[in-house]
Amino acid sequence: MDATSPKSGKCCCSIAAPTTADGIASLQPVADQAVWSAPWVQGKVATPAGDVPRVSTSLTWADRLGGWKVRWAIGRMRYLIPPGLYAVGDPTDESPVLVTANYKLTFDSLRSQLADRDVWLIVLDTKGINVWCAAAKGTFGTDEVVRRIQATRVAELVSHRVLVLPQLSAVGVCAREVLNRTDFRPVFGPVYATDLCEFLDGGIKTPEMRLVHFSLRDRLAVVPVEMVHAAGKLLTVAVCFFLLAGLGSDGYSPERLMSVGLPSAVVFLATSLGALVLGPVMLPYLPGRPFALKGLWLGLLFSAVLACGTGLDAIGIGGRLDLAAWCLIIPAVASFLLMNFTGCTTFTSVSGVRREMRKALPAQLLATFVGVATWLVGRFV
Amino acid sequence: MFGLRYLRNAVTLTLNEATCNGCGMCVSVCPHGVFRMENRKAKVVDRDACMECGACARNCPSEAVTVKAGTGCAMAIIIGAIRGTEPSCGCSCDSD
Ligand code: SF4
Ligand code: SF4
Repeated sequence: MDATSPKSGKCCCSIAAPTTADGIASLQPVADQAVWSAPWVQGKVATPAGDVPRVSTSLTWADRLGGWKVRWAIGRMRYLIPPGLYAVGDPTDESPVLVTANYKLTFDSLRSQLADRDVWLIVLDTKGINVWCAAAKGTFGTDEVVRRIQATRVAELVSHRVLVLPQLSAVGVCAREVLNRTDFRPVFGPVYATDLCEFLDGGIKTPEMRLVHFSLRDRLAVVPVEMVHAAGKLLTVAVCFFLLAGLGSDGYSPERLMSVGLPSAVVFLATSLGALVLGPVMLPYLPGRPFALKGLWLGLLFSAVLACGTGLDAIGIGGRLDLAAWCLIIPAVASFLLMNFTGCTTFTSVSGVRREMRKALPAQLLATFVGVATWLVGRFV
Repeated sequence: MFGLRYLRNAVTLTLNEATCNGCGMCVSVCPHGVFRMENRKAKVVDRDACMECGACARNCPSEAVTVKAGTGCAMAIIIGAIRGTEPSCGCSCDSD
């Protein structure tokens, strides 16, 4: 069914106002009164269901800064959009009703596409998570859509019975169940907000509008998130390398912290961060399909660079052991980090990830174990 | 999308063409172009592109499509294995 948005021609009084909506105390467009002081709210639209906040369609520098902070996971919860019904422009009873998540970036990218349009916007309570992840978790699901339709009393504001949902919410929303429970017919629009206007104007979803991409920009966008996630663990390991480097056959020597510990910590951090950045960037060009294999290539590349830089002739047996150790540890860690990147992509299946993990994880653990053991032996020769 | 193809023959997607009523919902909701309509029936044309998101199965009115949906994320699987639950995603992927 390609999405079209015909008017159903139903009278707005055909739906009895719900008396109760589970979990929602009062029936009004937006329950959270703090919404009126939000910088992106510009006035209101008076309706029979109450005052509906009107959202601005232009992003200010504060929005962009906020979006940037959300990406870097700074004060994330402060950027939840209060769930409820919003207006864009001056919507009438014939204006389309769009549904979205209350994640700041999703909300911003949607409203920034809606300049000079008149639409109703239902923001679901997805706990501040984007459409796709929320749909997978079930927060952007059938129940929440039904609940929010009732709580916002949108049925009293429009004469048609069509909801436009982002396509990716189909993971959590069963369209025919929403129709059965509310009389509203969900239509899955395009994946990306940038295609929305074309879709609203034409009523046709082209095959391209259905497809999810994973462009260089998309891949780079998840790098900061990944870094914030991994930073603590990687730093801990680096500190361990630094402190253990003091060990030696002559006992613990603080001088070695600087001569061996610091370079070790730097090598570990540099290659890990390198994998976190270069992995996503080079993803399409690293040979093989399993991510663990792609990471392995990257790790081997880093090891080769390290080996060239070390100058094999110049170093003694301890140095050679070190180098051997890094040639095990770096590929193992890079392989693991890229395998982890499966969670940030748009095309890996859980069956596939399971399959590659069964093979890769034991190899990664073994290589890391042997590598660290070799490195420790290197401290004593 | 050069080079961005995941493993071959790994997914749990099945389609029973006999019960398919030809509504086209699966074609409309699949983000990876796995289905195409042919002679008023859905057909799987790119099975390996499936990411097991489950959108098709959830919205197929005749239960002709089945898939064991899940999060294709290694960390989620590790966390799930440790807790003894299904893969649970704790991170914040960023595609909208
Ligand atoms: S959603 Fe189900 S019934 Fe409809 S076309 Fe696809 S397989 Fe057939
Ligand atoms: S599970 Fe998702 S990716 Fe796979 S066929 Fe169904 S809709 Fe497409």
